[in-house]
Amino acid sequence: MSEPLWEVFVRASRGLSHQHVGSLHAPDAAMALRNARDVFTRRQEGVSLWVVPAAAITASSPDEREAFFDPAGDKVYRHPTFYEVPEDVQYL
Amino acid sequence: MSQQLPGRDVVLNAAETGAVEAAAATTHRGPHTDVAVDLTQFEALIAADQRIEPRDVMPEAYRRSLVRQIAQHAHSEIIGMQPEGAWISRAPSLRRKAILMAKVQDEAGHGLYLYSAAETLGVSRDDLLDQLHEGRQRYSSIFNYPTLTWADMGAIGWLVDGAAIMNQVPLCRCSYGPYARAVIRVCKEESFHQRQGFEILWTLARGTDAQRAMAQDAVDRWWWPALMMFGPPDDESTHSAQSMAWGIKRFSNDELRQRFVDITVPQAQRIGLTLPDADLALDEESGHWRFGEIDWSEFERVLRGDGPCNATRVAHRRAAHEDGAWVREAAAAYAAKQRVQEPAA
Repeated sequence: MSEPLWEVFVRASRGLSHQHVGSLHAPDAAMALRNARDVFTRRQEGVSLWVVPAAAITASSPDEREAFFDPAGDKVYRHPTFYEVPEDVQYL
Repeated sequence: MSQQLPGRDVVLNAAETGAVEAAAATTHRGPHTDVAVDLTQFEALIAADQRIEPRDVMPEAYRRSLVRQIAQHAHSEIIGMQPEGAWISRAPSLRRKAILMAKVQDEAGHGLYLYSAAETLGVSRDDLLDQLHEGRQRYSSIFNYPTLTWADMGAIGWLVDGAAIMNQVPLCRCSYGPYARAVIRVCKEESFHQRQGFEILWTLARGTDAQRAMAQDAVDRWWWPALMMFGPPDDESTHSAQSMAWGIKRFSNDELRQRFVDITVPQAQRIGLTLPDADLALDEESGHWRFGEIDWSEFERVLRGDGPCNATRVAHRRAAHEDGAWVREAAAAYAAKQRVQEPAA
């Protein structure tokens, strides 16, 4: 009997986004949340928890990585350092 | 032409479908992706000291080696709950009892992190537990020794967890991402374990003659098994060389063992307890503590199953698993009922 897998996200403190911390098995969302509290926040590591069914996550595929992310490769003009400006101009 | 979006059935950690199946699907997709090309990328990542992630293509031997090591590590954590769990009801004060419960709970948590990491390699947790229960996978042989006195809680925390930390810290840089991340969490929590153990012995060593004797007796019994935790000597270690090449292991067994001895001897001196080794001596030139011959026949014996507690540890683990079956069944039945009553929006 295999329980579904849940991905766990923790907000470490107010002002920060939730971050993936790991995964666990639980029969339902309520149990997943309780288990996540016991497994990932025993030392006050968080103020908020998300549990997401692992099967509900759509991920990019590693073998398509190059083609998928390449379009950003030749667009260096998206970075501020691409631009040449006189050195004596301030606050730029 | 825009990229085709990946399918919805691809999960983040690939635990259900399995990294292997994902890899197999990749290699069977077309003529331009063959195994040799994919392994070149794996080797390039290893050479660049980059992390391998679950859905990357990896050699089958790398995957198998990791499953073996992570499962053994996870099993050690949950079997390791037993020798200390036995003393929760007999802890000498409420403070010590609360600490011991927190520590044993941590071991359970560490087991869970590690089983999750193993699952990213395409194995199921149920299967790993079956293998433990049937004796087909091992756990650290240190947990086959009995905990005879309260002082053993001190010796385990100080020496056994101390040796475990020495082994685990380099694993934080292991080439397999999920394992490294799990071990980082383990290490963060483990340092309290070692300090509380030291404190127990430190307190006993400052107590009555009987308490001091109890502390010394515990150290006498745990010292050699703790040194064996680093595994066989380098020239006899079966998996070491390949694990080093793959970036799973960063230091050799003997290196880590020597480091452990070097930091532990001064700590023992500070507590005022004697380590049971007549050959222990500081080599002024190298600055290392030289220690006596380890009885590897004992290690082999305990590993084979002839330790004092092998049978009881596994029997207890099986019983706990079987006794808890009704809880898992009830939770599953409740979840199924909820799904019927509240169809997904």
